[in-house]
Amino acid sequence: MTRGSFDNPLKADLHADRVVPPTGFTARLTVFTSLAMTFLAVFALALSMAAGRLAERWSDSLQGTATIRISAPQDQIDTQVAAVLALLTVTPGIASARALEDQEQRDLLAPWFGPDLPVDALPLPRLIEIKEDSAGYDAEGLRQRLTAEAPGAVLDDHTRWRRPLAVAASRLRLLGVTSIILITCAMGAMITLAANAALAANLQVIRVLRLVGAKDTYIVRAFVRRFTLRAFSGAIAGALLGMGGVALLPGVDEAGGFLTGLGFQGLGWLFPLLLPVLAGIVAFAATRFAAFRTLKGLP
Amino acid sequence: MIALENAAYNYGGGELLSDISLRLAPGSFHFLTGPSGAGKTTFLKLCYADLQPTSGRVTIFDRDVRTLTRDDVALTRRRIGVVHQDCQFLDHLPLAANVMLPLTVAGKMGDAQDVSDLLGWVGLSQLADARPPSLSGGERQRAALARAIITGPDVILADEPTGNLDWEMSLRLLTLLVELNRMGKTILIATHDLNLIRQAKAQVAARVLRIRNRRIQLAGADL
Ligand SMILES: Nc1ncnc2c1ncn2[C@@H]1O[C@H](COP(=O)(O)OP(=O)(O)O)[C@@H](O)[C@H]1O
Ligand SMILES: [Mg+2]
Repeated sequence: MTRGSFDNPLKADLHADRVVPPTGFTARLTVFTSLAMTFLAVFALALSMAAGRLAERWSDSLQGTATIRISAPQDQIDTQVAAVLALLTVTPGIASARALEDQEQRDLLAPWFGPDLPVDALPLPRLIEIKEDSAGYDAEGLRQRLTAEAPGAVLDDHTRWRRPLAVAASRLRLLGVTSIILITCAMGAMITLAANAALAANLQVIRVLRLVGAKDTYIVRAFVRRFTLRAFSGAIAGALLGMGGVALLPGVDEAGGFLTGLGFQGLGWLFPLLLPVLAGIVAFAATRFAAFRTLKGLP
Repeated sequence: MIALENAAYNYGGGELLSDISLRLAPGSFHFLTGPSGAGKTTFLKLCYADLQPTSGRVTIFDRDVRTLTRDDVALTRRRIGVVHQDCQFLDHLPLAANVMLPLTVAGKMGDAQDVSDLLGWVGLSQLADARPPSLSGGERQRAALARAIITGPDVILADEPTGNLDWEMSLRLLTLLVELNRMGKTILIATHDLNLIRQAKAQVAARVLRIRNRRIQLAGADL
């Protein structure tokens, strides 16, 4: 049989389309379902793309830098700083290292404690900023040698707090992708229901078509074309509405937080336009499956 | 064209037709009679592969119906024009589109002139744009005949085609069928209208089959 053959649902086959009468509420159900589902999918897509950007930014900006914190009694601290800097110059994988000036440390702390912090009077640790080269250094080995050379030095390679953030961001992206998959499946299920209702309401029409010599593929095409076009047009409307909603969200820089980064950037705006195509493919497959199954049960 | 060998059919409650052997030779003209409920419609359904025999064999155009795929059945039906007893149409399409339906589903362009000629022949020119539900029983039967012959089928099976027609229209329809037979078509008409059969025998060498006691027998001159 010709079940495996490909029927172009957009082929202008007006006769095939007209032999099935207008299918009332199933038509509206299909358009509405695809509109609503695509609208939701646009947000899920925005979420996962924003989360993806965030995960990348966090890993990129932190990649290759680390800090060594030295806490020691006032009289030993300069010796230890010198010892650590000396050690770092001979450690493979370190591109550069420098002790932060008092003013730099003050700037770093200012957001938390205000500009008038008496740095000199406080027993603040001294900070050494290191940059690794492309090969990278052995963090565990460096820690052991630091303990030996400068007992007050602690290596903070950022991974401790970078990792959970990056993990959270990629989980969020996974959540967005999962949502899109679930939305797609729900849409497929709803369209299958709508198509089954339309087929059940038209059993008499199908019977007449069979009696005058219509092949199954001809009858299936009439239904498939209809549902595919409806799902596609509903999804176009849903995608445009969803993109409008995303465009109306506040811009990235206004408050700098995560939520304001929820949007599409540049070519990313093209991705939501793929959703109607996906909706059309889902409707095509769902209707085709439902129609062939119904026809198989008929004489 | 169509052959039955020891064919039997049963809807589940005992055999309705038993041990039927018959050949519809090309160009032949047959009537099938029998009381209501004898199985005339069932017999015709066996002949256009709507039903498969529960035992024995039915061969259409030299192919056993049991070996036909669903697509084969569709292709077979394009070569057999059937006037169904309940003449079903697509109620949302005008009559002309319904008459053209067998061409449409076969992917052929109907010739508008052929359709209007055909509608003229069966006296339905005025109703080309009417919807089927607004037609009378007789009009539906004439439309069903037009739909059955629009593809130029080799075989025409008609189930009580004159059931709702007055005598004059019945004769017109019979004349049309006789003419089709002269053009070489194989014709089988199921009817209980003995007057129609007598009328036909004056015009064509028709054989009359009768269903009696689940079997088919050739009726003699007793008609
Ligand atoms: N689909 C069916 N299921 C069960 N019984 C049926 C079915 N169709 C017809 N019958 C029965 O088979 C018998 C013959 O029907 P039919 O072939 O329509 O006879 P006819 O056309 O000679 O009047 C009738 O008793 C009818 O009730
Ligand atoms: Mg009958």
